[in-house]
Amino acid sequence: MTATVPGPARTFLGLPTAPRGVGHLRGDESFPDAARTALRDGQLRANLGHATSTIRGKRARVVAELPDWAELREAGRALKAATMARLDDHLEELERQVTARGGTVHWARDANEANEIVTRLVLATGASEVVKVKSMATQEIGLNEALEAVGLDVFETDLAELIVQLGEDKPSHILVPAIHKNRAEIREIFARTIPGVDPGLTDEPRQLAMAARAHLRERFLRARVAVSGANFGIAETGTLTVVESEGNGRMCLTLPETLITVMGIEKVVPTWRDLEVFLQLLPRSSTGERMNPYTSTWAGVTPGDGPQEFHLVLLDNGRTAVLADEVGREALHCIRCSACLNVCPVYERTGGHAYGSVYPGPIGAVLSPQLTGVEDNASLPYASSLCGACYEVCPVAIDIPSILVHLRSEHVEAQEKPNAEALAFRGLARAMSNPRLWHLAQRASRLGRLFARGRPTLPNALPPPISGWTRSRDLPTPPTSTFVESWTREHGR
Amino acid sequence: MKVALFATCLVDTLTPTVARATATLLERLGHEVVVPTGQACCGQMHVNTGYRREAVPIVANHVRAFAGAEAIVAPSGSCVASIHHQQADVARRAGEHRLAADAAELAGRTYELSQFLVDVLGVTDVGAYYPHRVTYHPTCHSLRLLKVGDRPFRLLRAVRGLELVELPGAEQCCGFGGTFAVKNADTSTAMLTDKMANVLSTHAEVCTAGDASCLMHIGGGLSRLRAGTRTVHLAEILASTEEAVTPNQTTRPAMSV
Ligand code: SF4
Repeated sequence: MTATVPGPARTFLGLPTAPRGVGHLRGDESFPDAARTALRDGQLRANLGHATSTIRGKRARVVAELPDWAELREAGRALKAATMARLDDHLEELERQVTARGGTVHWARDANEANEIVTRLVLATGASEVVKVKSMATQEIGLNEALEAVGLDVFETDLAELIVQLGEDKPSHILVPAIHKNRAEIREIFARTIPGVDPGLTDEPRQLAMAARAHLRERFLRARVAVSGANFGIAETGTLTVVESEGNGRMCLTLPETLITVMGIEKVVPTWRDLEVFLQLLPRSSTGERMNPYTSTWAGVTPGDGPQEFHLVLLDNGRTAVLADEVGREALHCIRCSACLNVCPVYERTGGHAYGSVYPGPIGAVLSPQLTGVEDNASLPYASSLCGACYEVCPVAIDIPSILVHLRSEHVEAQEKPNAEALAFRGLARAMSNPRLWHLAQRASRLGRLFARGRPTLPNALPPPISGWTRSRDLPTPPTSTFVESWTREHGR
Repeated sequence: MKVALFATCLVDTLTPTVARATATLLERLGHEVVVPTGQACCGQMHVNTGYRREAVPIVANHVRAFAGAEAIVAPSGSCVASIHHQQADVARRAGEHRLAADAAELAGRTYELSQFLVDVLGVTDVGAYYPHRVTYHPTCHSLRLLKVGDRPFRLLRAVRGLELVELPGAEQCCGFGGTFAVKNADTSTAMLTDKMANVLSTHAEVCTAGDASCLMHIGGGLSRLRAGTRTVHLAEILASTEEAVTPNQTTRPAMSV
């Protein structure tokens, strides 16, 4: 971070949010602007439409198989809520247990601290390269860039993450970071970037996977340091858990001498038994599978087996500030399944990049603005039609629409001077709370009839903000009389 | 039963035919309809755009206007959902606990039209006649917040002459979303385009729903395309009879009442 970058915004309680100038939580453009560009990309729309509808169908089928899904979901919600209520205790227990089993725990206040810790640990091993298990936390803090800045080579080993890394692209989905690419595009990236790749490579999925596998295998075998995230950290035993599909995670977690895990503080769960619930909810919601192929768990170090040095970096980066908001804190319950992205009609059309953060879609629209402070991501809470599809599928029942609405108010209330919109809404509120004024306002809306010149709809070219509507939709000409008026006229009062 | 009709601000101002149809239908079923003149808005647009403080006096006005009503019916899933899920919360957050209690109590007596017909009055055949090919769009708040379920279908299936055709991708949002339609106009339009494609694929003459706002959105898009398929509110279909079928009865442009 340079001296010119302003310090982190602070919440009303004074808790620090994720710092600016590091990591990937803030976009360069507002959501509507970024979305406009994305919406023009027909190939993107086709790729996303195909991918999300396939996975939506798979999820719906495997969820329907479980007669107790509603109870499981409620159990997941309740476990998360109870854990958050005593988060500090659980984290301290986790630290004690990890330490007792030979691991080292580091506390990172924010992205900068976490990056510094990990960089220092890697350099201390003398290794020049690092293999990575796909992890949202390390994407959030921009760890790859931090490691590369000191000359280390970083290799993503998840297939989709590898595609993104080789294509010098950004992830656009929590689970399938390359969801915006189709097979032909992936073939092109591999053919261009993988050294010594078979020139006859086709876009057949198996061939693509084999090319990636050959490329990665070499790295796994020589890697001395691995960096991972964690899906769950179990306090009572100090056990970390990674849930994955490809086996790349298992390789990273077992082969190197040193393992460094970066985990958001909200990922802690109190007991092993809690996994019973979450390991049913997560795979069905995320990949639409009954169980994911690989679930790795480890606690500290085991002499002669697996990594002999283990570090756990506990990351805050704005999470404590989120926890302080009684409505918004539910966003910390997220288990990163991505079901809400796959059902979101906005995400399906704009794709993940439009959100400007590693957390896209509905959960991103509530999590990113809270981690950064709502003013740093002020357009995201509005990036939803509040259709509620996200809440309906969320395996831990996060009421995302209510949090979106809450954050909109936080944004409005953070403005020192009212803008034109605020003035209009205030004026309208005054009218809508006084029947006499309201009837006058309704009568005034009839002036619209002058523009219509006897036509049933208003002209297309009207001044903003109405132009936002009339550019693509007709607006009816206001009628000569309201219903209440004409009814009262007929029936008397 | 004496039923207080909450027209909703949008219907009252822009599509009064929908409120008229609701009243006609309820009277035909033998109920007395009253229309409190003090009514304005439920406050949803303010709350959902971030003006929850400003919404408090709107909620207070609504509660005043309908105080003492036995049952309140509105031809809008979205407004009824706001009355059920937002009004009391907004008042409570502003420290207006008395208002919150009153709003919660009023919400208990407030019904969306299809729920009122099926659950309270216990009718599915309302004696309507509507000889058209119709597809039904389950609006998001009716579907997910109020959970009206198959009630509108049961009502529509009982309408004589009506041919009900299934809407593909029915549960996808039409892209209205209140101020979302303006603040994120491009995304909203992309969602609308897909909804219209699905509506048109049914070759229905009429697309119906329980929310005039979503219909204004879908209808505004169809009308811009000169598509020929029109949008008609569920209340207008249910109000139609052999004697009183107005062929151009429609939720879109109402030149006069
Ligand atoms: S918010 Fe819910 S649905 Fe979305 S990713 Fe998180 S757990 Fe999954």
